[in-house]
Amino acid sequence: MAPGAGRGTGQFYPADSPLHALDPRAKILAVAALVVGLFLVDSVAGFLAVGAALLCLVQVSRVPPSTFLRLLRPVAVIVAFTALFQVAFVREGEVVFGLWVFQAHSEGLRLAAHLALRILLLVAAAALLTATTPPLSLSDGIEDLLSPLKRFRFPAHEIAMMMTIALRFIPTLHEEARKIIMAQAARGADFTEGGLIQRVRALVPVLVPLTVGAFRRADELAEAMESRGYRGGEGRTRYRELSFRGRDATALCIAVLIPVGGILL
Amino acid sequence: MGPNGGGKSTLVRLLNGLLVPDSGEVAVAGHDPVTEPFEVRKRTGVLFQNPENGLVAPFVEDDVAFGLENLGVPREEMRRRVAEAIRSVGLSGYERREPHTLSGGEKQRVALAGLLAVEPEVLLLDEPTSMLDAPGRREVLRRIGGLRRSKTVLHVTHHLEELLEADRVLVINGGRLVAEVEPGRLMADAALLEENRLVPPTVPRLAADLGLGSCRTPEDLAGAVLRRVWEGSGAEIR
Ligand SMILES: Nc1ncnc2c1ncn2[C@@H]1O[C@H](COP(=O)(O)OP(=O)(O)OP(=O)(O)O)[C@@H](O)[C@H]1O
Ligand SMILES: [Mg+2]
Repeated sequence: MAPGAGRGTGQFYPADSPLHALDPRAKILAVAALVVGLFLVDSVAGFLAVGAALLCLVQVSRVPPSTFLRLLRPVAVIVAFTALFQVAFVREGEVVFGLWVFQAHSEGLRLAAHLALRILLLVAAAALLTATTPPLSLSDGIEDLLSPLKRFRFPAHEIAMMMTIALRFIPTLHEEARKIIMAQAARGADFTEGGLIQRVRALVPVLVPLTVGAFRRADELAEAMESRGYRGGEGRTRYRELSFRGRDATALCIAVLIPVGGILL
Repeated sequence: MGPNGGGKSTLVRLLNGLLVPDSGEVAVAGHDPVTEPFEVRKRTGVLFQNPENGLVAPFVEDDVAFGLENLGVPREEMRRRVAEAIRSVGLSGYERREPHTLSGGEKQRVALAGLLAVEPEVLLLDEPTSMLDAPGRREVLRRIGGLRRSKTVLHVTHHLEELLEADRVLVINGGRLVAEVEPGRLMADAALLEENRLVPPTVPRLAADLGLGSCRTPEDLAGAVLRRVWEGSGAEIR
């Protein structure tokens, strides 16, 4: 198994590409710029232009398109649902077609297309970020970007630390859940049959020991962290280095230009 | 040293301020771990009996660096010390492995590397070799032995042969210090060993059973045996 490719380590796709090599802070800021920009884009042509630019970036990232599409699949349902909602309930503009009691108005269709494209592009940008950035760098980048807010007692370091610990323990808890399920199944528990309610009820004897186990782990972890001299972010140095170079600045500028192009179209 | 449930791990936690004593006082390098935990913790390193949940970071090298990060060690020095510590526990090439993919013994080595990277004045090792194979145990013991010259090492163990080199042996049973002796005396004291469920390692036990006095190494034993044979038969040995 490639490092970082394990289950639970998120959607990172290890590859050797210019996007992977960028500073995580540049990538996070670029996605932020894109998110803001997408809310200002107001034409289907603009959305398509942004989409085309993102497609190019996917190509550059060396993430196989099929893998990338898999990252988008979970939101497809939500997108379809909200789009249908728009079509069914917006009653402005002329009626384009009617089906029994439903009537699709032109304005509704326009809003639906905009909304669907906007959400899809937002998610695609975020997916590109998580696919090309190792989770640990992501949490370092977030800590750095949020650190100016520390002055206002915003827990930037704590948030990054929580992400790190989650990354460390999600696979462990996942394994433990599997072990418990197997142990219960060996004693005759059935997780595969019955209706929804029965299945959820069958999971209770799994969740209880899992939760208890997680608390025990948390206790031991806290003890170990304290005994290793952890006192929060104050006076702490970091092993991993992030360096914002010329190419990161260039990439960020290009990323800002993408939605600007979309707005102008 | 002492039987299961004797209170060894409890003592380690008291020394580190993780437990607060109901009565009495604890002092480590002149500091009370309850009132000044950081002063104590930056001077001491603990290796817990079960390293499973003590690993913090999602990758081995980041975990080994954790203690150094907390002390504010500069990055370049951190890199050097992390690489050295990982090598010294025999885990070179494991830098990017995730802790949940490691075996128990490998996790114990990672935890030990995290401690060796910091090189604290006082090392509290709670059964540091309990999960290691024989060669791993020898390597780790050699590394710990090297530290004993400049550091204070409190080594909890159930293996008597691991403490033959120790300066002092403390026997803890029922939450009390029942004996403080030097290793040679402990091996010779059959009653004390028996009382505390201790079995001496093969070489000293054989020597004692043969009435040859105290022997630490197989060479000592062989010498003693030869001397006995020679005295008994009057024959000549070349
Ligand atoms: N969290 C706890 N709550 C209550 N009692 C505890 C707790 N932890 C340990 N004890 C008890 O304290 C006593 C000493 O335990 P300790 O873990 O110090 O033993 P030990 O000498 O390290 O044993 P071992 O050789 O098995 O590691 C035991 O009787 C144990 O049951
Ligand atoms: Mg113990």
